Amino acid sequence: MAAGSFIGWIDQRFPLTKMWREQVSEYYAPKNFNFWYYFGVISLVVLVNQLVTGIFLTMNYKPSAAEAFSSIEYIMRDVDGGWLIRYMHSTGASAFFIVIYLHMFRALLYGSHRKPRELIWIFGCLIFLLLMAEAFMGYVLPWGNMSYWGAQVIVSLFSSVPYVGGTLVDWIRGDYYIADATLNRFFALHVAALPLALIFLVIAHLMALHEVGSNNPDGIEIKKHKDAQGHPLDGIPFHPYYTVKDTVGIAGFLLLFCGVIFFAPTFGGLFLESPNFEPANPLQTPPHIAPVWYFTPFYAMLRAVPSFAGTQIWGVLVMGAAVLVLFFLPWLDRSPVRSIRYRGPIYKVMLAIFVFSFIALGFCGMKPPSGIYPTLAKICTVLYFAFFLLMPWYTKFDSVKPVPERVTGHA
Amino acid sequence: MLKSWVLITLALCSGGYAAAEEGEIPLLQSGADIHNTDSLQRGARNFMNYCSGCHSLKYVRYNRLAADLNIPEAELAPNLMFTSDKVVDTINSAMPKDSESWFGKQPPDLSLMARARGVDYLYSFLKGFYVDKTRPWGVNNLYLPSAAMPHVLQSLQGRQKPVFKNEPDDRGSARMVLVGVEAMTPGAMKPEEYDQFVRDIANFLDYAGEPIKAKRESMGVFITLFLLVFFVFAYLLKKEYWKDIH
Repeated sequence: MAAGSFIGWIDQRFPLTKMWREQVSEYYAPKNFNFWYYFGVISLVVLVNQLVTGIFLTMNYKPSAAEAFSSIEYIMRDVDGGWLIRYMHSTGASAFFIVIYLHMFRALLYGSHRKPRELIWIFGCLIFLLLMAEAFMGYVLPWGNMSYWGAQVIVSLFSSVPYVGGTLVDWIRGDYYIADATLNRFFALHVAALPLALIFLVIAHLMALHEVGSNNPDGIEIKKHKDAQGHPLDGIPFHPYYTVKDTVGIAGFLLLFCGVIFFAPTFGGLFLESPNFEPANPLQTPPHIAPVWYFTPFYAMLRAVPSFAGTQIWGVLVMGAAVLVLFFLPWLDRSPVRSIRYRGPIYKVMLAIFVFSFIALGFCGMKPPSGIYPTLAKICTVLYFAFFLLMPWYTKFDSVKPVPERVTGHA
Repeated sequence: MLKSWVLITLALCSGGYAAAEEGEIPLLQSGADIHNTDSLQRGARNFMNYCSGCHSLKYVRYNRLAADLNIPEAELAPNLMFTSDKVVDTINSAMPKDSESWFGKQPPDLSLMARARGVDYLYSFLKGFYVDKTRPWGVNNLYLPSAAMPHVLQSLQGRQKPVFKNEPDDRGSARMVLVGVEAMTPGAMKPEEYDQFVRDIANFLDYAGEPIKAKRESMGVFITLFLLVFFVFAYLLKKEYWKDIH
């Protein structure tokens, strides 16, 4: 860039061109990304969607127990375009979990969490953990009856902590029951603290990714084979190749996303639950309290564990462990190869069992605990943990296929 | 602490309630169509004449209603506005504040009832009243047992009587189970006319639950078409850029 130009003026004071080159136009990504590699950029799109629509919702939302419910209806009816902003936000919450789950599944397919990408994975797990807190608190804000009772149940889980449980719960609620004070602090956390932490973590996630470079469906390092300029032979600049390709993926995502917003914003009661169209009522429990679909696998595990020695804390611990075990994945996996393409049959079977158990748990969590569901949830909880805890052994004994030197094919 | 335990136990066992609800009488299909403006207009008229005395629509404004349902504002006041004289007002009921003692509970606001319970529920409910001498108003409802509401539309529908079936319980002893209702005395309307009458009300309440619904769906068609075109062009652009990558 010429020194006299506007960009030149900026570059002398701020590394604009340098950053653009390093992070985008000369960031070399493997040329063989497939379908599963869209979900990273799509989750970024959803994050921006949540931030922008969230700001506009905040302009008209009233965080008080007396006015919250009415202010949502005010947004839905009297604010110009308010209904669209609100549906974009509520659908975005579910979309966030769909793309994050698929994004995490991609790591299980191609070993994206393996050395040297452990920190990318850990930042990602932290993002997932914060996202769950963010989603839970956001769900309370409309102050519908399911918001209220959902908050009541989830906050009460902390009472199972020995000795300090009761005090802890009062401290979280700021009152002796879920009340105005609770709504206010959840609002503060939902619109300021957690989004801020999320943004920092997303930046750390991307910085770590760009430091070590992306993995790919073959699970091999493209940096091993470089050309005379030092660029990976199997790498292509992120811009323009992946910017145009991701545009296609984003367009495809938006087709589905807008399909839900415009034709099925409640998604049959899964994305917006019907009891939440009734205002919070401390005297009337909804007939069946169930969290939103993205929490149901973990909720099913909570219910699957029976109380023992006079306390229900075991279910809470199992539910927490189900999330925490993810952090250890890079060290649990002992396979000499990363990608499922070159792994043996045992890993493929275990991964299939894991996917089945996670979906089945999600289903059990939505259903009342009667009939076959409690038994199914118990079996699937064991299978879920078996996938992780037995991983050091089965990945070691599993057969592997020879890994190619260079990536195979391109997208 | 103890209260929290009760709550957790309640949540974990809340399936018990749902299980008890199984075997409920399935809802009727309303056949309501939010895009049918004639039906919505009739529903608005029916609601204002028969429902708005007790039930408010506190989130719906008269002038918004008029604009969405193609009703000229001049016709609002004489035909639909019985509880207010300002078109920007929300639709409030004529009930005084102490009316709780009249029915045992304040008649609920119906703005969001269609969203909370579904339009088929509203249609079924309005067709589900049957004679029950044990209830304060002499009627009960198939779809909301022990309903506090009297059968306001009885003169139109006529009276219905319950139909029981003998279903022995687990131990084999006889048990009468309520399975439906049937006409007892005719009302001012033929059954098809009454069905249409309550279908229009249910449809109108579906509109009241989400006034943007009809417009949202028609907007969605254009958005989808735009995104399809955008998708095709994005794909062609990607192909052009990637043609040298092997």
